[in-house]
Amino acid sequence: MIDVIFLGRGGQGAFTSSRILGIAASLYGKKHSLSFPSFGPERRGAPVFAYTKINDVPIRDRSQSVKADYFVVLDESLYTPNLLERLKEDGKLLLNTAIPEKYKVLEDGSINEKIITFDAEPVARQYLGRPIMNTTMLAALVVKSGLVTLENLKAAIHYDLATKIAQKNEALITYFESNDSLEGGGK
Amino acid sequence: MTMTNTSENQKEYQFVSGDEAVAIGVKLAQPLVVAAYPITPQTIVVERLAEMVEKGELNAEYMYVESEHSALSAVMGASVMGARTFTATSSQGLLYMAEVLHYASGGRVPLVMMNANRSVALPWNIFGDQRDSLSLLDSGWIQVYVEDAQESLDMTLAAYALAEHPEVLTPVMVNLDGFVLTHTYQSVEVPSQEQVTEFLPPFNLKHKMDLKAPKNLFFTASPQHNLGFKYEQQQAMLKAKEVIETIDQTYGEITGRKYGGLIEAYKCEDAERIIVTLGSITGLVRDVVDELREQGEKVGLLKIRYMRPFPGDEIAAVLKDAKAGSVLEKDISFGAEGTVFTNVVSATYGINTKLTNYIGGFGGKDIKKEEVVQIFKDLEEIIKKDIHPSYAERVKYIGLEG
Repeated sequence: MIDVIFLGRGGQGAFTSSRILGIAASLYGKKHSLSFPSFGPERRGAPVFAYTKINDVPIRDRSQSVKADYFVVLDESLYTPNLLERLKEDGKLLLNTAIPEKYKVLEDGSINEKIITFDAEPVARQYLGRPIMNTTMLAALVVKSGLVTLENLKAAIHYDLATKIAQKNEALITYFESNDSLEGGGK
Repeated sequence: MTMTNTSENQKEYQFVSGDEAVAIGVKLAQPLVVAAYPITPQTIVVERLAEMVEKGELNAEYMYVESEHSALSAVMGASVMGARTFTATSSQGLLYMAEVLHYASGGRVPLVMMNANRSVALPWNIFGDQRDSLSLLDSGWIQVYVEDAQESLDMTLAAYALAEHPEVLTPVMVNLDGFVLTHTYQSVEVPSQEQVTEFLPPFNLKHKMDLKAPKNLFFTASPQHNLGFKYEQQQAMLKAKEVIETIDQTYGEITGRKYGGLIEAYKCEDAERIIVTLGSITGLVRDVVDELREQGEKVGLLKIRYMRPFPGDEIAAVLKDAKAGSVLEKDISFGAEGTVFTNVVSATYGINTKLTNYIGGFGGKDIKKEEVVQIFKDLEEIIKKDIHPSYAERVKYIGLEG
């Protein structure tokens, strides 16, 4: 089973990303998925975890994933090195930042291969006109992981989001169709 | 939900939470009156229904009420006027309804209500366990517990067929575990309106309030007649057992999905050790049973779907051939043990299977896979010792470490 954990702040759309990924995998991708937020009162700005589980067979374990294949951090102010302990052996942490070296370069000068960075803000601003970066980071995750196809991701966006917002986000996905490299991000 | 996804022979699938699955089921049942007071984690059900009414997708009167007590009173009144209704609640809200619960069942009003299973204060906690509904087992309502969002939708429709059956006429409470089921999204197959119309007859209450044929409802009964009415109520509950099986069959023929009626025995045929479950924890135990079976261990799962009417004979028939069994539940009756366990032990009186009780998952605490595996290991020890655990020894707690 693939476990994806999203971490953002209330209002940044971590759960929306989790849900869209689940939709792309199950409604359009012939797999099974579960998607749920960290439960509790909704508080804007507070840290929010969201979970997506994907598998070829029905998923019956509804408990929160302890370790992730992919851990997506939407807001770099929430990053702490102990998040890396929540990765499975080959797991990767995808971090939204404009300064990769701040997080990737270890004290001894070596590169932490567990961390992938992407600068989502320029892409989000270009396509959505606002620094709402959840779908940008989701698209970056999809390109990196191949968990679902970009085509199915587009379909899931149209299923889940209101038409106007979905159209803008579809345009955003086309950015990723023509840009395979994840290092860096939008200009 | 803004679009409909259709694939695989035009079957309709939606990616929804347990709450939304119930709302879709209610919409398909086309009630004329919805009255509810919002409470986490039930809120999304009534929000979705309010949206459906607002958009004109559901032609119902949505009544805004000031409390759960009023919500249940309102749908009770509407129902006896001949309208199919819906309400939903959770935890403190359900407890606030307690008085009206008895009115509805004693008055034989065929209501359908969804309850989001949530912890009961104090300490205050909005997360899931089953202490709310299980504390009201004696209120005369049929109580069913579901495992996932698909069963939530399917059971909502089956609940109307059951409550309104002329030989049952008893209100039905559909219980979903708070958050782990109410707020978890998955793909769900949505039956067509044609299928639902084929399955669910129109609401037709024989003894409804009618100015042209006035009659007395909700009346007083003297000591001479009181037991008679209560006996009738009990007979209707017992009759419901047969009706539940029939409805499950019919629903299966129309939609392709059956749930086993009162219980589901999973890999129990030759099982030496069986865990008994209620609600969404069933899924995890199913996974553990599959894994242990692959290692050659003779283990099984008994899922109780209905707590009332209680499937005593059915449970005894499954447990009697096992060497040991355990009831895993999110409930306790203080000073005694888990209430599901008490019911199971009563139903299995006289069989030789050694039974224990595991209590956990309170206030939203996850029950982990390793903890379920440990229950099966503990049962192995009990089989080796070959002694029935004493009343004090047979109750154990999981997840106490904090």
